[in-house]
Amino acid sequence: MNPLGKKLSIILSLVVACCLPFLTNNYWLDVATLALFYIVLAQGLNVVVGFAGLLDLGYAAFFAVGAYTTGILMTVYQWSFWLTLPVSMAIAAVVGVIIGAPTLRLRSDYLAIVTLGFGEIIRILAINLDITGSASGIYGIPRPSIGSYMLAGQMDFYYLILIIAILAVLAVKRLGSSRIGRAWMYIREDEDAAEAMGINRIKMKLLAYSIGAVIGSLGGSVFAVKMSAIAPLSFSFTQSIMILLAVVLGGLGSIPGVVLGAVLVIALPELLRSVEDWRYLIFGVALVAMMLFRPQGLWPARYDTGKDSAHEADTLRTEGSDRDVQLDSEKCNA
Amino acid sequence: MDILVQTLADGLVIGAFYSLIALGYTMVFGIIKLLNFAHGDLYMLGAFVGYTLLSVVSGNGSGAGLMGIIVVLFLTMVIVGAIGMGIERVAYRPLLLAPRLSILITAIGVSLFLENGSMLFWGAQYQVYPLQLSHDGWEVFGAHITYTQIGLVIISALLMLGLHLFISRTLYGKAMRAIAHDQTACHLMGINVHKVIALTFFIGASLAAGAGTMAGAYYGTVNFMMGFIIGLKAFTAAVLGGIGSIPGAMLGGLLLGMMETAGTFLFGGSWKDVVAFSLLILILVLKPTGIMGEKVTERM
Amino acid sequence: MSSLTVKNVTLKFGGLTAVHDLSFHIPAGSITSIIGPNGAGKTSVFNMITGFYRPTAGQIMLGNENLVGKKPSQITQRGLARTFQNLRLFPNLTVLDNVKSGMHSRTKQTVWGALWHTPAQKKEERLIEEVARDCLAFVGMDASRYRIAKNLPYGEQRYLEIARALGTKPRVLLLDEPAAGLNYEEKENLIELIKRIRQKYELTVLIIEHDMGLIHKISENVIVLDYGQKIAEGAPVEVLNHPRVVEAYLGKEEEAM
Repeated sequence: MNPLGKKLSIILSLVVACCLPFLTNNYWLDVATLALFYIVLAQGLNVVVGFAGLLDLGYAAFFAVGAYTTGILMTVYQWSFWLTLPVSMAIAAVVGVIIGAPTLRLRSDYLAIVTLGFGEIIRILAINLDITGSASGIYGIPRPSIGSYMLAGQMDFYYLILIIAILAVLAVKRLGSSRIGRAWMYIREDEDAAEAMGINRIKMKLLAYSIGAVIGSLGGSVFAVKMSAIAPLSFSFTQSIMILLAVVLGGLGSIPGVVLGAVLVIALPELLRSVEDWRYLIFGVALVAMMLFRPQGLWPARYDTGKDSAHEADTLRTEGSDRDVQLDSEKCNA
Repeated sequence: MDILVQTLADGLVIGAFYSLIALGYTMVFGIIKLLNFAHGDLYMLGAFVGYTLLSVVSGNGSGAGLMGIIVVLFLTMVIVGAIGMGIERVAYRPLLLAPRLSILITAIGVSLFLENGSMLFWGAQYQVYPLQLSHDGWEVFGAHITYTQIGLVIISALLMLGLHLFISRTLYGKAMRAIAHDQTACHLMGINVHKVIALTFFIGASLAAGAGTMAGAYYGTVNFMMGFIIGLKAFTAAVLGGIGSIPGAMLGGLLLGMMETAGTFLFGGSWKDVVAFSLLILILVLKPTGIMGEKVTERM
Repeated sequence: MSSLTVKNVTLKFGGLTAVHDLSFHIPAGSITSIIGPNGAGKTSVFNMITGFYRPTAGQIMLGNENLVGKKPSQITQRGLARTFQNLRLFPNLTVLDNVKSGMHSRTKQTVWGALWHTPAQKKEERLIEEVARDCLAFVGMDASRYRIAKNLPYGEQRYLEIARALGTKPRVLLLDEPAAGLNYEEKENLIELIKRIRQKYELTVLIIEHDMGLIHKISENVIVLDYGQKIAEGAPVEVLNHPRVVEAYLGKEEEAM
């Protein structure tokens, strides 16, 4: 796609997103709101998995940290919603570092299972602690207001989360094209080589983890006021997997891809209502099929910003990556 | 004293299940360095296949005698073993050379597939096992140890002994160890690597399935999500013992089972999983090679 | 330009001694080769110098600074760059992005700068691009800058690794078998390139190599390792005819043939 076409399609989708509340009924507006939440979460996870290549299977934990921080501060301490945002982001960043610091030295697959364990621990904590309202969660979370205007209607929240989603996309995009984003990709491509090039892998991985956590918690905070009630059920392993699916489906590391993936993960089940029970089964098959036949995702990330080699993006990662084999077998054989 | 013995006895049974599942994790990891996330679901599948077979056996009026149970256990292990092999063939083999992230994600997909496939097939609610195991037993130091517990531990021990003999005495076992060491070299030496990997999946899956059937009979109910948490725990056990090490997996399972029952006793049932997962994280951080694992120096 | 000194370095893996009490000095601005049969510990020495392995004993000095105990990234920041024996590029990234990696430790913009696209950040990005393109142009690859690294022909991938190492603005450059897999013509070009690198970037160069012709043509000093110990050191002509070297190194290679 040429730059003009790209710009046009971005503007077009923004216009559609802004007009959507006037074009559709409440039901679909709710679906769209949920999709926007997923865009935020999936972009956050995209930083961790897509950019830095760290498989996080407990990402919903950060969503929970945001939601519970906002929920508790607003119900117990009567804080304003806006003031809870920096707090929940800060807490999420700290939790990200706490989880990350001891585990990021581990091999990628260990990291995956440790994050899964942490995700479960956070969920079990939410179920068992009094401050989080145990299994029934927190309810009666007040509506936020801007000046004297109280955000209460469906449309208000749609626009609130739309703004957050746009900010998240923009932030991830800018990070991705900075020296920090490149450092994450170097680590994903070859950790040792990245370290040899002067990149402190532990520090950069922690940073990726924290940024992902902050974005996830932001989604969680907004989720808390949108739903006005939160419960541990919303932060299960399945939730983490659905967010991961959005990233994988769209294309690891690809910003437009991840937006597409998030929309699909939310919209497809709605379209497939008739086979509701089959939903997760289909998702499972989709994950396997994607990895087998299109590991680069539906809308792959493109690293070749130049025009002379555009077609190569399609072959990205598909043609047998011999080098990975070589490296992996070397590591294994050592 | 009685509580201690009771904890140990209960922990031993759970630990034996963990060991059997952990063995599959460790063997698959040892041979192709894959964490098979779907492994816990093979345990669940074993429980359900056993459930269906037992329903057939006890449904024709004869009831399931001891022989019947053993036949069912055997059949379940073969069936689920074959399913495990099928999974390897379809989902993992094409990705053996792909980046590690791909195959991990595939394993998650397989896990989702197995869980929800089982839910569609057997239903979402808990199913009651068509088998009543005896609650009679001995009183040892005031603790009640049932014959069933002893029987299950003996069967588990026999399975593990069988595996040990297979690995250490047969040519296939030797090939497995060789492939774990250097896959390319084994290819060059004319070993059919894929066949051995498939066999590894078969054994791992059937051991998990055996544990599943026994657990179904022991606890009395089965559910399609029963494999998720236990899979994670068995992985903990494998890591505790030292991933890649077969005796380590056995030891790790037993240890974890006992630590967990002790943890439940100390902190209460709702914290049981937290104890196990915290333990997992602690080991990975402090001693990632576990008790019996070899130190792996990554070569540049 | 900086000298590199290895003092009494020993490396043990469990019971196996990979490198035993090794000492050598590489004067600033020289081109030195390390040779030795397979398994002699050459790459282990590289990995210790670059911080990937930690020596069991001994010191490694870059100028006056001890490198032992520092992380590879810290060592790179101090001016030491390396290439790998088996190519270790960032395969799915562009050639240009590969080379940009070197500038990471020479720049300092944070998340803040990236998010707001501050003037300082933009300036730094321009600088990174400039340096990267200079390095690419130096090895003659500027035209391929938007190609995906893994799609390059093998020889160019080797050059790209060198360009990437130069991107870190090193004082000492370590090349691990840079000529492996190259044909005669490519090797001749490589020799020229290495000489030009020293001149333009004023570097100390340390090479692990098997190709005797290349070693003869390029190095001022040769260190021979066998079983983790230094068995000879000196100018190429004398070292390569040294009886122990012939026995340990050349003799074995003839056997292999």
